[in-house]
Amino acid sequence: MGDNTIAAGDNVIAEKYIARSSAIAARLIGGEMMIMSAVDSTFFTLNEVATVIWQAADGCTPLSDIVASRIYPEFEVDAEQAGRDAEQFVSDLSQHGILLVSEKPITPASPSEAA
Amino acid sequence: MSLLAEMNQKALGLGIPISAHLDITYRCNERCVHCYLDHDDHGEMTTAEIKDILNQLSEAGVFFLTLSGGEVLMRRDFFEIVEHARRLLFNVKVKTNGVMIREPEAKRIRELGVEQVQISVYSHRPEIHDAITKLPGSLKRTVEAIRFLKSQGLKVVIANVLMGSNFFDNAGVMALAGELGVSYTLDPTITPKMDGDRSILALRISGSELKQVFRSEDLVGDVEEFCASPPAPGDDVMNGLPCSAGHTACYVSPYGDVFPCVQFPLPSGNLRQQKFADIWQNSSQLKEVRSIRARDLPTCSTCAHVGTCTRCPGLAYMEGNMRGPSAADCEKSFQRTGIPSANMLSRAHVTSAAPLIQIQVAL
Repeated sequence: MGDNTIAAGDNVIAEKYIARSSAIAARLIGGEMMIMSAVDSTFFTLNEVATVIWQAADGCTPLSDIVASRIYPEFEVDAEQAGRDAEQFVSDLSQHGILLVSEKPITPASPSEAA
Repeated sequence: MSLLAEMNQKALGLGIPISAHLDITYRCNERCVHCYLDHDDHGEMTTAEIKDILNQLSEAGVFFLTLSGGEVLMRRDFFEIVEHARRLLFNVKVKTNGVMIREPEAKRIRELGVEQVQISVYSHRPEIHDAITKLPGSLKRTVEAIRFLKSQGLKVVIANVLMGSNFFDNAGVMALAGELGVSYTLDPTITPKMDGDRSILALRISGSELKQVFRSEDLVGDVEEFCASPPAPGDDVMNGLPCSAGHTACYVSPYGDVFPCVQFPLPSGNLRQQKFADIWQNSSQLKEVRSIRARDLPTCSTCAHVGTCTRCPGLAYMEGNMRGPSAADCEKSFQRTGIPSANMLSRAHVTSAAPLIQIQVAL
């Protein structure tokens, strides 16, 4: 098993690193993150849990660590469920180019590099 | 309710300025006949000052940022400002005449992730457009700029200010927008100059021309619905806000002056003397603007159009009273529905009550 994989039961799952795309506009309004894609103008609002994941998406903290350190203890949710929800959330946002996902740490890009 | 409307509602409840319009210069390479600005530089903000203001606007919760002027590209640091704004993750819209945009500038605008570029086009005919901008060759340059921006995949909107001199070219500009593959907006509003000079109001289109605009399906969609008589206003209307100015929107001039809106020149503070948050939260002028509800408008609250009128409190302010009617919007409501506004009726009453013959007796 390499450095970027974690074991989940009998399965071996590649660790995920997530980073915020810079081809977006975003602002925290009353605890909810509002995000607009600069590519297709799709508009999103993230709930409190999703906002925490978004804010922690620094490209170098594994998603599992974010869930374990920021979601599970703070929101008192079931750990397995929290992991599944986080995976789904990351998948949804990455499909719109809002989050960048990689099996290796991601170097953040400036707006001009990311567009 | 759309997500965006929900966020607007939330921002209103929390007192967050979700939209800001920042004019980074009043200098311009065109001299449009209808422009309300003084194009001389009276000490516009430095790059560092503008960056600091952008930081403050970001902290205050501004999401939608419009960068305008004057002509934004007259500032050599324009791209540095946009880059800083995008680093702060604003949704950036740029208003320009496009004259200084060639392929490299269009590419840079796209790279920086600008959401939309709005470009003024007054006619599809150079002799009309260039006569309005007073810059020979400007239409050619502007149309080229639109093509450069479109080729980069940017969203471009043509904005046409309708005046007597270009009224009949409206369809031509709309066709040009279609040919270029860009959106089109039309605005028949001419505002007084910043120094109070109202002479440019003579450029406004006539009432009958306004009526033609409102009867155009291409411009308003369902004419019958658009021109329908206003429904009787309920409590929600009477307790409603006149507009977003000073509530969820604000304007900052190139000199750091803060106003409720670009069209509402009520001085509310200066960013060279105060922090934005201080002005936004404590300005007595903004507090006064925020206190006004439709029921507080002496004439307009009695008007049949109170719930559907586009009444601009800024235009009303420029006419002398922010709680008063805006004659231009009274005219719009009238031409749209055929029903005179309360303001029109009261003025007609005053006129008809005056003596038919006035005789001055020499003493």
